Amino acid sequence: MAAPTPVRHAWRALIGLLTLTALLFGINALGVFVFTDAEGNPASSWAPELALDLQGGTQIILEANTPDGSQPTTEQMDQAASIIRQRVDASGVGEADITTQAGNQIVVQVPGQADEETRNRIEASAQLQLRAVLYTGSPATSFVGEDGNETPYPSPDPTLNATPTAAPSNGSDPSWITDALYAEFLAYDCTDPANTPATEPADQPLITCDADGSAKYILGPVELDGSSISDASNGLNTQNNQWAVNIVFDGGGTETFGKISQRLYGATAPLNQFAFVLDGSVLSAPSMNAVILDGKPQITGNFTQETSKVLADQLKYGALPLSFEVQSSNSISATLGSQQLQIGLIAGLIGLILVAIYSLVVYRALGFVIIASLVVMGVLTYITLCILAWRMGFRLSLAGVAGLIVTIGFTADSFIVYFERIRDELRDGKSITSAVEDGWGRAKRTIYISKSINILAAVVLYILADATVKGFAFTLGLTTLIDIGIFILFTHPVLQLLARTRFFGGGHPLSGLDPEALGAVYRGRAQFRAPVEAGGRSAAQRRAAKSRGEAERRQTIAERKLAQGADTRSTTEGED
Amino acid sequence: MRSMSQLGNDLYTGKTSFPFVGRRRLWFIIAAVLVIGAALVPVFRPVQFSIEFTGGSQFTVNAVSSPDQTLATEAVQSVVPGATTKVTTIGDDAVRVQTDQMTDPETREVTAALAEIYGVGEDDVSSSFIGPSWGQDVTRQSLWGLAIFLALTFLILAIYFRTWKMSVAAIIGLVDVLVITVGVYAVFGFEISPAAVIGFLTILSYSLYDTTVVFDKIRENTHEDGEKSGRTFGESVNLAVNQTLIRSINTTVVAALPTGAILFIGALWLGAQTLTDISLSIFVGTIVAAYSTLFVAAPLFSLLRENESEIKARDERVLAAREKAVTAA
Repeated sequence: MAAPTPVRHAWRALIGLLTLTALLFGINALGVFVFTDAEGNPASSWAPELALDLQGGTQIILEANTPDGSQPTTEQMDQAASIIRQRVDASGVGEADITTQAGNQIVVQVPGQADEETRNRIEASAQLQLRAVLYTGSPATSFVGEDGNETPYPSPDPTLNATPTAAPSNGSDPSWITDALYAEFLAYDCTDPANTPATEPADQPLITCDADGSAKYILGPVELDGSSISDASNGLNTQNNQWAVNIVFDGGGTETFGKISQRLYGATAPLNQFAFVLDGSVLSAPSMNAVILDGKPQITGNFTQETSKVLADQLKYGALPLSFEVQSSNSISATLGSQQLQIGLIAGLIGLILVAIYSLVVYRALGFVIIASLVVMGVLTYITLCILAWRMGFRLSLAGVAGLIVTIGFTADSFIVYFERIRDELRDGKSITSAVEDGWGRAKRTIYISKSINILAAVVLYILADATVKGFAFTLGLTTLIDIGIFILFTHPVLQLLARTRFFGGGHPLSGLDPEALGAVYRGRAQFRAPVEAGGRSAAQRRAAKSRGEAERRQTIAERKLAQGADTRSTTEGED
Repeated sequence: MRSMSQLGNDLYTGKTSFPFVGRRRLWFIIAAVLVIGAALVPVFRPVQFSIEFTGGSQFTVNAVSSPDQTLATEAVQSVVPGATTKVTTIGDDAVRVQTDQMTDPETREVTAALAEIYGVGEDDVSSSFIGPSWGQDVTRQSLWGLAIFLALTFLILAIYFRTWKMSVAAIIGLVDVLVITVGVYAVFGFEISPAAVIGFLTILSYSLYDTTVVFDKIRENTHEDGEKSGRTFGESVNLAVNQTLIRSINTTVVAALPTGAILFIGALWLGAQTLTDISLSIFVGTIVAAYSTLFVAAPLFSLLRENESEIKARDERVLAAREKAVTAA
């Protein structure tokens, strides 16, 4: 098989680019038409996702603090983020976006304004409490009355007795359940966001529900808190081959838990149950099947490996109460967001038009190559942003838009470097086809090293910087990569092909490649106006052409130096 | 006047040559004056830091019919008597109110009060609260990023160009760019916001990028042509800078056009503070970066290399040969 000629090479690169573009569109199409997200909506869309500052909403940055002031671990932060996610979901706000950043910060983004309750809920610290179970029931808030109709439980009558008739002797004493509490329990709606079991006082009984809302509880006052758990892990119980969660209490915890287990063991259900309460909802309420004095209880039940791991993690990280402090809170109205986007787009468009005009003035018809390259760039960047929004949750922020606009200039520079090199080669008297090849060889090196500086900057900023800067660094890095890709797969192949047309190859004055206007050392017409070579030359012809180019180069450099000697001297000597 | 391509030709052959290297003492003095001037600006005109750095609460009321500033102060005072308020009118239908840090309930009350007093919906009032450590965190992390980026760049350039002197020249050129840009920022009284910090980081990347493009041509001229070119080291450097001059001009114009467009739009429609902040620093930065590459980095590199014994000896041989040629003729 013959070695690929520049023309075949060029077509191959262009077809490669076309395939790549089709592939990217295909991937996104899969996301739009085939895959769906948890709620059954298309997983991707044909428009990039916008960040909060462009679509409006509230952003709250929380800093997680441990009681002893040490830096929370990654696992703790993940746990904290999932705690926050549950809180936000519980408040009924849809589509919240919760991420961690910079080691100890949690960024909460919710569409629209966040009300006071949502904020309070988010800011509360995560507390794991251990309470004895006093009463359990179904989450129903209505009953079938004597008339056979479904009737909601009435709101508790304020005249009902709210103080225990006898002082409760311990955390499991049923006398905690007053008439008022019981009425409140019956009417308690697990799904009502107005209920805030997480912030109820610790020394009082608590009405709350399972994390999934499948059961309601009345719990006794807090008897132990998370700080007395020193470890929790999941493992397979070798006796019954079931997944179990193993808890290890610390010294004080062991003693207290021992007493509780003595009290609960053998009591009638549900008084033998003990609840682990995180953030006000019951994670698990196992019954006490033995007196445990070594502080190492094991929870068994219908666990899978996964659910036992989840509970173990919740107990382990919940054991360390993280508190959250609001670092900044920012709410942007939807009108302001869309206005900013609009301004950004208009500015980008004006910038593009100006760059296009300037390119045409300076590079004549070659300017169209710059414009076409920028258009291809725009298409590829757009579709990549759509895919990244789907796969990586990338959101285009205002800083990102600025990054995109700014890179118009940076991208155009790679073409400028290339065209200037081609012009330099033409000035050396090379034919246009070989000037394109040699100019490419030189420009390529320059582009690679200088663009790698840009990519380095983007990567370093992305790894180290805060979320705002990250968005910018990401678009900078992405566009630089796409820019290099287009330089190789589009701009150069197009020039290779154009160099073989009569208009460009013949050096038409409007082509931007006119050797005479570029002051090439004039050595006879034939050398510039070489006949346009047809696409599929044989290898032998190509070799011949190559060696001709080589000969030209040697000759011209020598000639140029000879001619230059006097000039250089006259201009530089005076200045020394 | 010569056409651009004619100028390009003359620069390429050396017929026209700007003495970037030859007059370097002058350029260095100018650069030093600019840097010292820029560094002195904050003394006379303290750099303004945006609310992200100082902490506080900020409200923006959009779509107001008459941007009367006293209304805003009134609204804030009605909620928190005695709070310091700074009110700015943005464009002709928006008002920005900056206050001391407020608690959450206060923030909501002020939002409601502002909406009521200006007769707009609460949706048209944006509020933000920024803890004082936020901007500092961003800056601290950015400075770390800066340090690591510079160290890596130093290494990469030193390996690619096979001389650490190019790295030194490029990074000194970069410092020159950053100091002057921040100075310009301060002179115009623009606030340093996180967006501006992003802008400075971009310039950082751009400035080194620009220098690398020119240095690659210098590498080509000084390495590949060598002694047989009949040029001294300084002359080779100068020729390279002149040969890439047209590129430098075109690139600067093309990079400055879109950012200029943002600035222009930002001046017309307000509310795009982030865009304006980023683009101002980049607009100034790209122009200063081109200047710095040509007038600081390149001559500095020549200065650093010229005293190497090998290059000194070669330059002497070149000059001697030239002398001989002149006497012979």
